Amino acid sequence: MMAQNDSLFTASLKDAAAGGLIALALFGITLGMRADVAAGLGGQMVIDYRWGAVAIIVAIVFFGRLALNLFVWKSDKPVTQYFSTLKPKPGAGSKVGAFAKPALLVLAVALPFLLMSYYGASGSRRFLDLAILVTTYVMLGWGLNIVVGLAGLLDLGYVAFYAVGAYSYALLAHYFGFSFWICLPLAGILAAFWGITLGFPVLRLRGDYLAIVTLAFGEIIRVVLLNWYNFTGGPDGISGIPRPSFFGLEFERGENGFAAFFGLDYSSIHRIIFLYYLILIMALATNFVTMRLRRLPVGRAWEALREDEIACRSLGINTTNTKLTAFALGAMFGGFAGSFFATRQGFISPESFTFIESAVILAIVVLGGLGSQIGVVIAALVMIGGFELIREFEEYRMLVFGLLMVVIMVWKPRGLISTRTPSIALSGKARGISADLVQEGHG
Amino acid sequence: MTPWNDNPVLKVEHLTMRFGGLVAINDLSFNVGRGDITALIGPNGAGKTTVFNCITGFYKPTEGRLVMKQKKGDSFLLERMPDFKISARAKVARTFQNIRLFGGMTLLENLMVAQHNPLMLASGMSVAGIFGLAGYRQAETEAIDRAKYWLNRIGLIARADDPAADLPYGDQRRLEIARAMCTGPEILCLDEPAAGLNPKESAELNALLRFIRDEHDTSVLLIEHDMSVVMEISDHVVVLDYGEKISDGTPEEVRNDPAVIAAYLGVADEEVEVVEEEVGL
Repeated sequence: MMAQNDSLFTASLKDAAAGGLIALALFGITLGMRADVAAGLGGQMVIDYRWGAVAIIVAIVFFGRLALNLFVWKSDKPVTQYFSTLKPKPGAGSKVGAFAKPALLVLAVALPFLLMSYYGASGSRRFLDLAILVTTYVMLGWGLNIVVGLAGLLDLGYVAFYAVGAYSYALLAHYFGFSFWICLPLAGILAAFWGITLGFPVLRLRGDYLAIVTLAFGEIIRVVLLNWYNFTGGPDGISGIPRPSFFGLEFERGENGFAAFFGLDYSSIHRIIFLYYLILIMALATNFVTMRLRRLPVGRAWEALREDEIACRSLGINTTNTKLTAFALGAMFGGFAGSFFATRQGFISPESFTFIESAVILAIVVLGGLGSQIGVVIAALVMIGGFELIREFEEYRMLVFGLLMVVIMVWKPRGLISTRTPSIALSGKARGISADLVQEGHG
Repeated sequence: MTPWNDNPVLKVEHLTMRFGGLVAINDLSFNVGRGDITALIGPNGAGKTTVFNCITGFYKPTEGRLVMKQKKGDSFLLERMPDFKISARAKVARTFQNIRLFGGMTLLENLMVAQHNPLMLASGMSVAGIFGLAGYRQAETEAIDRAKYWLNRIGLIARADDPAADLPYGDQRRLEIARAMCTGPEILCLDEPAAGLNPKESAELNALLRFIRDEHDTSVLLIEHDMSVVMEISDHVVVLDYGEKISDGTPEEVRNDPAVIAAYLGVADEEVEVVEEEVGL
């Protein structure tokens, strides 16, 4: 290495100066000069010089690098050695989890009443809407978790099934006047059907190829919805989608409404609360089915597939069928969530089903920890709930989002909850399996 | 005297496998005797693993026939079946040269995955299983019992709930054999089961293979380089070199076959005895 006899400070100073110089070269162009159209000069281009900002950036890089050099990189006793004590100990999470899960469930069930008593009917609407949104994403995350987390198949087009579910309900209601409760299972079945249709040719692909094809499939669905004007309404979308009823009782003012039947004063919040419980029940059903399947042979086969596909085949497992069931099941839950989305909004258009939705759902699953159900909940709360709450700082949302991603990837590269719980155990106490041993799947 | 020729469990007939211009196996025929431990040996690159991959369906042979005849009389043409059906229906199980366990799953889970097909049936293709019907729970208990039996047999019952990737190498090898046995095979194909084992572990492996042959009525076909294993436990040895069979017989016959000695040691016949003593054959 260069100049081993340099003192720590000189070496650090040299390194920091080099860093500062690179920063100057980079930011001098990108930040220091800004082309702008001058107002009142006939649209002439002028260059705006901002050397102050460049100086600040260069100073940050120089001193930041100097500090890192002195205390971390070149130091004999880097301060980071004390950081490892801050890391959670393995197994610490399971204790917290044992209390956190029932507590979260109780909180979720009691949430509308807590909000109502605290904010009143009109004040709590905003928060209930947000809770519905978060729960929808939790359900989508749980659905995608079957495909990505358990079976290890990277699906970048999950929103396609969400769209199929939403449009199934909207179109069936629009053309045949079917009610929500008839359409809900139909939407799930149709989405699962599309999952199988897509899966058959695609699931022989692996890794990057699978990701690209699913990505394309998501776009195909959206583009078809956008261009098939006569049938889907194209970019105009479909409006006037009927609201769900409570065992035949509509949420409306008047004699036959929900409020009148139960002798309550009519309030629009009833419908919101009903929608909240509806999506909560649907999400919990998704979770229940997934957790049950995980303990059944098919769920174990999914996880085995993620671990080693060739070994699976040598054990007589039909890998194509196993992948298809995972794909179809994930798609089905996406379809359920989609038809809920349609009935909640009352209006849908292809705008709602862009690639960024797939990316957000996938980010929820990955950040939460592949295969972890509670991780998905936490990630959805943070990613959807957290960002909606700081909507005022619109400009900084993406900045915070990116920063959060980087922090998670450095601190917990396998997601928040990365330990895997065995699906079956001889001794009563099932210990979590460290993420280092668990494969992520190869598509 | 060739007992493996009457009522063999597996007949390999004129097996040929070409990869482009490379002939990996050339017109190979041999029999795997029912209830025998058959060893497939040969120098590196002789085509042993290719034979295995053909038998277990991971490769489709270019030419030839693989006839598997089960105890109750059903016979299967393995070259026509997809790989997972060879294990599920024809009851051929295998292990891999580079161990392929489900590392992130526990030992018990590994053995449960191996019993996928019967459990899947019992769970009514998962539908009955979701609602927790009694039929499935009974089948699951039986599957756990079978897994426990094999864990006991390979001496790893205490670690049943540990992830498989945590096991030391020798234990992983034994677990892979146990996992293959949990599929209930009629013929067990082992690709270098003794590779990387110390002498004590090798001896344990020999005992395990004998146990599988005698108590479970399973024929064993194994590829092995460790001659102490091959000569001690095999009933029948087939020697390959450059994709062709150069010798076929009892360990005693093969050991004294000049062609085999030449293939392995590459020496003139008059020097054979000297070299043999040196390598301890």
